[in-house]
Amino acid sequence: MSAVPGQPTLMQAALRGERLARRRARIVRERLIELILFLAALVSVFTTVGIVYVLVKESVLFFEQVSIVDFLTDTQWTPLFDDAHFGIMVLLSGTLTSSAVALSIAIPLGTIIAIYLSEFAPFKLREVAKPFLELLGGVPTIVYGYFALLFVTPLLQRIYPELPGFNLLSAGIVMGIMIIPYVSSISEDAMRAVPMSLREGSYAMGATRFQTAIKVVFPAAFSGIASAYILGISRAVGETMILAVAAGLQPNLTFNPLEPAATITAYIVQVALGDLPHGSIGYQTIFAAGLTLMLFTLACNIAGHVLRKSFREAY
Amino acid sequence: MKDLKQQIRSRKRWDAIFALCGLLALMLGVLTFAALFVDMAVDGFARLSWDFFTSYPSRRAGQAGILSAWVGSTLVMITTAFFAVPLGVAAGVYLEEYAAKNWVTDVIEINITNLAGVPSIVYGLLALGLFVYQFGFGQSILSAGLTLALLILPVVIVATREAIRSIPQAIREGSYALGATQWQTVRYHILPYSLAGILTGVIIGMARAIGETAPIITIGALTFIAFLPPSPLKAEPPFLSFEWLMSPFTVMPIQMFNWTSRPEAAFLTNAAAAGFVLVFMTLAMNGLAIWLRYRLRRNIKW
Repeated sequence: MSAVPGQPTLMQAALRGERLARRRARIVRERLIELILFLAALVSVFTTVGIVYVLVKESVLFFEQVSIVDFLTDTQWTPLFDDAHFGIMVLLSGTLTSSAVALSIAIPLGTIIAIYLSEFAPFKLREVAKPFLELLGGVPTIVYGYFALLFVTPLLQRIYPELPGFNLLSAGIVMGIMIIPYVSSISEDAMRAVPMSLREGSYAMGATRFQTAIKVVFPAAFSGIASAYILGISRAVGETMILAVAAGLQPNLTFNPLEPAATITAYIVQVALGDLPHGSIGYQTIFAAGLTLMLFTLACNIAGHVLRKSFREAY
Repeated sequence: MKDLKQQIRSRKRWDAIFALCGLLALMLGVLTFAALFVDMAVDGFARLSWDFFTSYPSRRAGQAGILSAWVGSTLVMITTAFFAVPLGVAAGVYLEEYAAKNWVTDVIEINITNLAGVPSIVYGLLALGLFVYQFGFGQSILSAGLTLALLILPVVIVATREAIRSIPQAIREGSYALGATQWQTVRYHILPYSLAGILTGVIIGMARAIGETAPIITIGALTFIAFLPPSPLKAEPPFLSFEWLMSPFTVMPIQMFNWTSRPEAAFLTNAAAAGFVLVFMTLAMNGLAIWLRYRLRRNIKW
């Protein structure tokens, strides 16, 4: 039997068929793997959807019983008493006061450290300082809480003896120190991204290092630095354990850092530690409080995004 | 002329003053850290003994230990890693190697950036509503592990993406030129070369998870546990048991919080000892990650 030229033999056809089938299987497998990887990436979207779903669902139940006007304007927060009041202002005041203390420490110090490391420090010092700051940011917050309550508060009491054992000041100070690495590391990255030619131009005009850092590098890196500040704000607002340990759990409408006060986050911890039945109004309050917190940090994130966009300088 | 010299001198003085300020600010960080570490070591040192690691918590401070806490922490960490590592790496690989530039990818990326900024206690609320009640996992190790896995997912994803991004395009092209498919390229080139970078991210994420207190308190973990979860190993086939996943538990930071919030001084000593162990563990993990990154930067030259 002689093969007709141009016509594949039976053997060749079978081989080709097999190769085609293998190739099809391979394409199917490739698509399947891509699908699995895609689903893994979608988990982050599901997480966001889950957070919004849980917070909104329970908050809707809460606002069926408490009017939103009361929630925003009442000056008492006593959700677990018989005479229940739900004024989120009370918790918000604690959150804002402690955050203000923290940021008044973290932003100046973080910025100075960032400018120093990026413009002044010798290479070796920077190589040591950066990982060290990272370590400082990696200490568990409960440990910082212990430190605030049992080290910083007694220290402050020596200077100001009337200071109560629980207060927003020492919690805020320690929180500020905790936030320094977040602020300094992002600000430094932003400043290092400023092109060398800008600095060289400034030096060529006879400017000193300090003048160059403040008048050239800082403004040029401002969008990045601002987003570092915003990250610091959202860290401070969302911080929980330092405040739950060192600032007390008493709701207190005050802007005085020398007093004890509960924050939104500390309140959630306090309720979770107790034994509230699922579906009770007390259970729902923590979701309403959480929603407030979430909206606040979301606003921060959006503000950071807008700042970055509008101040970005392209080189 | 004299004026000018004076001006130059004053400008230079400002330079020196600022450099000093920078050093002082850095020193403040160092000092705080030293104070924290020493304070904890001095207060807690008396309690750091073998018994402390092998005893259950107790009403008598002198006999209390962290056995149930460190076992709980270990089991929660295993669960966290089991979920966070495959999901995070897969998501990172997808975004770097597969994702098309379209709105779906944009949505995923914006989501990851946003999730990194969500306060950890909000994850606790998510877990309370979803895992504990909706899915009925209860206040178990599984709920806690899943919560922390979601919490550190952005860290793992970002580390994976950065590690993959540093691999030069020529490696991929070489692989394709030899007839490899996209998955084969990822499996035999991209993943092995980015392994150290991914590992660094995973360790940093785990170090963060081990110290997280707020989300685990929020799901309602108990603070006083005087028993261990059921053992994962069994004498009879199939030898492995997953009962422990559904067991109640406590973890190191919660045990420390419990002791810190008690008025008696003896319990504060326990809190200091537990805090020392906790700081030591996170420091060791972070130190390992920093060392890995350092070696990585030195050894790889494309």
